[in-house]
Amino acid sequence: MFLQQFVNALALGSVYALFALGFTLIFGVLEVITLAHGAVFMIGAFAGLTVVTKFNVSPITAILVGMMVSGMLGWLIDLVAVRPLRKRKFHHLAPMIATIGCATIIINVAQGIFGAEVYRFPFDFMPAMSYNFWAIQLTLLQIIIVGVALSLMMMIIFLLNRTKWGKAVRAVAESPRTAALLGIPVERVFQITAFAASALGGAAGVLTGINFNAIHAFMGGPIMHRGIAVIILGGMGDIRGAVLGGLILGFAEIMSVAYLSSDFRDAISFGLLFVILLIRPAGIFGSNLERKG
Amino acid sequence: MIEFLMSFWQTYNTLFYTVLVHGMLALSIYITLACGQLSLGNAAFMGIGAYTAALFTMKLNVPFGIALLAGGMLPALIALIIGAPTLRLSGVYLAMATLGFGEVVRVAFLNMSITGGSVGLNGVPPKTELWHLFAAMGVLIYFFLKLKNSRFGRALEAIREDEVAAAVMGIKTTWFKVWAFAIGAFIAGLAGGLNAHFTYFLSPREYGFDFAVDILTFAILGGTGTFWGPLIGSTILTILPEMLRFIGSYRLALNGLILVLVVIYLPNGIITVKKKD
Repeated sequence: MFLQQFVNALALGSVYALFALGFTLIFGVLEVITLAHGAVFMIGAFAGLTVVTKFNVSPITAILVGMMVSGMLGWLIDLVAVRPLRKRKFHHLAPMIATIGCATIIINVAQGIFGAEVYRFPFDFMPAMSYNFWAIQLTLLQIIIVGVALSLMMMIIFLLNRTKWGKAVRAVAESPRTAALLGIPVERVFQITAFAASALGGAAGVLTGINFNAIHAFMGGPIMHRGIAVIILGGMGDIRGAVLGGLILGFAEIMSVAYLSSDFRDAISFGLLFVILLIRPAGIFGSNLERKG
Repeated sequence: MIEFLMSFWQTYNTLFYTVLVHGMLALSIYITLACGQLSLGNAAFMGIGAYTAALFTMKLNVPFGIALLAGGMLPALIALIIGAPTLRLSGVYLAMATLGFGEVVRVAFLNMSITGGSVGLNGVPPKTELWHLFAAMGVLIYFFLKLKNSRFGRALEAIREDEVAAAVMGIKTTWFKVWAFAIGAFIAGLAGGLNAHFTYFLSPREYGFDFAVDILTFAILGGTGTFWGPLIGSTILTILPEMLRFIGSYRLALNGLILVLVVIYLPNGIITVKKKD
């Protein structure tokens, strides 16, 4: 029983981690809390759904399309709403408010196009196969979710730590001015980061859409709240923190539903956020609270 | 002429109520923005105030004034609890915490039996008169006029301009920010209580994130340099949808567009304050 819950929690938590990773990456590099990340996530899910219903593609292709579309959208949000603010001195709340505006527009337009109804993937899209290991039952769906989420996260961590591009991103995250002086194309780093981080959000969107088989215009809201709790829990802008925080939240939710009551589920993330702000506001891995935020 | 005014009043008198309630909400978010903090929980505070005041008059039959006071006090108390750990930190933490808080409140309204669950509360006694709202607004305007040159108001301004510098000058920044947040919650709760007693009906769906964005848009459009800005912003945005009925279901997108455009092109909002140098 416990091991089975463990597997369920891993599937849920790895999607949260994937979402939060993009969220925290944008904060770490662009120093913007993009409250449009939930809307980007939702558009990714719709993009994946659309190619599946129109062209009957495989889950992996759907995820790739979702990533591309979300990435483009994230890049566009950066271009339209955040970049003009970057060009001048602004109050630190300004870009956040601009992304709230973007989220509102995107969600409202999606609602206009798709209506308020809940969409589902075709019945035979995901074969209902499952494998039994000892006492645990693993569904193909869970394997795909955990596999995709973990490999995307490992890929990002590899890119950040082992490549020249990653070094440039880390330099910009440390100090855009110094990075510019060293000849790093800061503006391009910002744009690539916005794209890549939003693409991760889109992947999380498609995975969530497949996992719960429910896609609608408001699906970005709940994960937005969870993403916020996760990045505060892990330490704002910290990659390892986002991954660990996502898994912790996934476990907390699954265990509370399994052993307490499902009524608490939506309150778990806020409870976690409140407790972490009380006892360790910098988060698990956070250290430089003063400079950022 | 008299007849025209009479028919105008009959058609639009509820709009006056709404303009005043929205004005109060705009002021409730203004006081946190005045010290550089963003609260996305004011719709939830309004909801808590509305439910509290309505339950006081419906179940306990207390005088209207006491019910309204209770509807303001409870959100203020909750704001103190949320604000104390959150506002020690700089910048964006309050926005993120209140965003999550708003969701918890919405879920609580939907699941608690005393709030009527997803059905909401029906049959709130009609007690709010237009003069109550004018009186409340008058008191608030007096409060904000006095605030400007008070110790409290100057502390808030100093915190907004440069929090570190303010702290160095000996201003207890966290203390002032927490009280500003609690006063904002009180105003939002009061507005909720007044609103509940003229709409007669409370639905848990009214106090979600969409409405928090509405309130934010009031303040941002009007500008947050002075408290007149949010009042003007809320008045425009309350009357505007009446005139722009054709945009229909795209009202929220209009809010979003206003937020983006104003933040980028009109960072001080419609009302700009001349800085004395």
